[in-house]
Amino acid sequence: MSVRELRQAGLAGIGSSRIRANWAGIAIAALLSLFILTPLVNVAIWAFTEVWRYPAVIPQKFGFRFWADVLSRGDVHLAMTTSLSLAAIVTALSALICLPASYAFARLNFPGRNLFFMSFLTVYAFPKFGLYITIATIFLGLGLIGNFWGVVLIQLVSTLMFMVWIPVSAFQNVDRRQEEAARDVGASQLRVFWSITLPQVLPAISAAVLLTFVNTFYETEVAWLIGAPEVRTVPLLMVRFINSELVVQYGAVLSLLLWVPSFILLMLVRRFLGAQALGRALGA
Amino acid sequence: MATLEIKKLSRLFGDTRAVDDLSLTIGDGELVCLLGPSGSGKSTVLRMIGGFEEPTAGSILIDGQDVTRVPPERRPTGMVFQSHALWAHMDVFANVAFGLKLRRLPKDEIHQRVNASLATVGLEGFGARKTTQLSGGQQQRVALARSLVLEPKILLLDEPFASLDQHLRERLREEVREIQRRVGITMVFVTHGQDEALAIADRIAVMRDGRLEQLSRPDRLYRQPQTEFVAGFVGQMNLLRGAVRSNVMTAAGIDLPVTLADGLATLALRPEDIALERRSGDRGAEVTRVTDFGTHLSIEVKTRCEHRLKIMAQPGTGWSTGMRAELSAHNFAIYRDGKLCFMPQPGSAQSSVAA
Ligand SMILES: Nc1ncnc2c1ncn2[C@@H]1O[C@H](COP(=O)(O)OP(=O)(O)O)[C@@H](O)[C@H]1O
Ligand SMILES: [Mg+2]
Repeated sequence: MSVRELRQAGLAGIGSSRIRANWAGIAIAALLSLFILTPLVNVAIWAFTEVWRYPAVIPQKFGFRFWADVLSRGDVHLAMTTSLSLAAIVTALSALICLPASYAFARLNFPGRNLFFMSFLTVYAFPKFGLYITIATIFLGLGLIGNFWGVVLIQLVSTLMFMVWIPVSAFQNVDRRQEEAARDVGASQLRVFWSITLPQVLPAISAAVLLTFVNTFYETEVAWLIGAPEVRTVPLLMVRFINSELVVQYGAVLSLLLWVPSFILLMLVRRFLGAQALGRALGA
Repeated sequence: MATLEIKKLSRLFGDTRAVDDLSLTIGDGELVCLLGPSGSGKSTVLRMIGGFEEPTAGSILIDGQDVTRVPPERRPTGMVFQSHALWAHMDVFANVAFGLKLRRLPKDEIHQRVNASLATVGLEGFGARKTTQLSGGQQQRVALARSLVLEPKILLLDEPFASLDQHLRERLREEVREIQRRVGITMVFVTHGQDEALAIADRIAVMRDGRLEQLSRPDRLYRQPQTEFVAGFVGQMNLLRGAVRSNVMTAAGIDLPVTLADGLATLALRPEDIALERRSGDRGAEVTRVTDFGTHLSIEVKTRCEHRLKIMAQPGTGWSTGMRAELSAHNFAIYRDGKLCFMPQPGSAQSSVAA
């Protein structure tokens, strides 16, 4: 919650409690920022550090040496390519499969509809890792372990949540009368979908697509379980750097690099949708 | 030139007979109101005419052409929904222009027709507005313009002004009436408000439980309700259970001469068809409540046999609570098994009385 929201909440109160709420709000916001920002700042500092010996509060020497090191490593390039193509392929496939399915769930009535829909969601009620272990066993038999397409397949399963649930509720929220009004003035069913339905669900669908992409890009456990050791994504590489390299800076630089895609996507969302539309799309 | 013929139309939802064997013919340039309580099947009829609901049985003909299986986009009908159903992601101009764009008309013509249509509904210069920046009344006007711009043969309106306040509702329905006259369009207007129907319709079709109860001109509907349901639904009516014996109908202590076989019957009396005459002492009925509406007095009386009646009297006639009066009726109707079975000939001897 932002300071402004807290202040607005406070303003709704009366008299002296207003001032107290303000101070409380600022205190909470400050504490939260400290909590969230400290590790981030720490990582950011490490990424630009060349020498930092123990008792010093500030590194002895700043520089870009480790950036050059990390960026010239072949395994980093490979991991970036792997991660980006993995996220892109999974998102595309997921959209291709789930969007028509979610339209069907929202609009058509077919036998077993509710059962089918619930089965989508119950996947998420299971302890996830247990489920993935089971899938991994099956994959082992199929030779999909340590295989790029194995990772694609299992990531696809974990994206169903976003790509079905969010669009289904978006499709359900479109006013049927508006669609009928469009047919009334002469639009075919296809045209109604294109000109009336789609524009209204687009914010929600974009949100679902972005969430899927970001989630797939950053996912670690499943990628490790199915992909290791042949398929190496950026997060996996980072984990290895942090665990096995004595040089802290490799991990730090990679973390900063990892922020880049999510930061760009976030800006895109803000730019094309606006914070409000995104909130509405997610039902906030 | 557009006539609408509905033949033996039915629609079932599961076991619910939303519309039951309904037949109706509407002439060119006529404005017909579908009037009935909520759930009587008005919307379902309208939606079947528009093509949004498939009839279980029966057929719909427009200008003699069977359109029963024609999808809505290819029917010459235009629909105005209660919820206006404007497209929120388009501005006012785009809403009205959408249908014309689908018809691939040249840009200038679209411009000119949209503006003309907006002018018709009194919204000149509102084209660039977002639909959410309009008041409820303005939104309904845009919805109306969106349909009118395509010059449909038949315009369908489903309680278009139900969500607006009384004042605005009255003004808009007058405007719709005026536009309808000017454009000469055939119109089916659904409403559950009898005032609305009486105010604008050429003819009114009263519906009940999916069936057509009566189809008449407003004045006939009011003066000669053919069923007890219509009598009670349109306008104020005192419905009194009683019996006929030897050609005298007796109900609530009122005796009226009729020509009917003996048996149970219901007497229907309009408040304005009952005359009051002052009585002294404790004879006659007791006045229990008097409301002055300016144009008339509304008087409630309680007869000796505990029946309550509503009566309309001239203002300034000095009635007040506690007075006693004798009732007489000039016009009345008798219903048996829900159907009209007796009405005195106009001008024939009135009768009375003794409450
Ligand atoms: N889509 C539907 N599914 C099931 N029942 C319906 C549906 N539409 C209408 N009905 C039923 O049909 C009857 C008539 O409804 P409707 O035509 O909406 O009445 P009105 O417009 O006169 O209020 C009601 O009993 C209603 O519950
Ligand atoms: Mg209705």
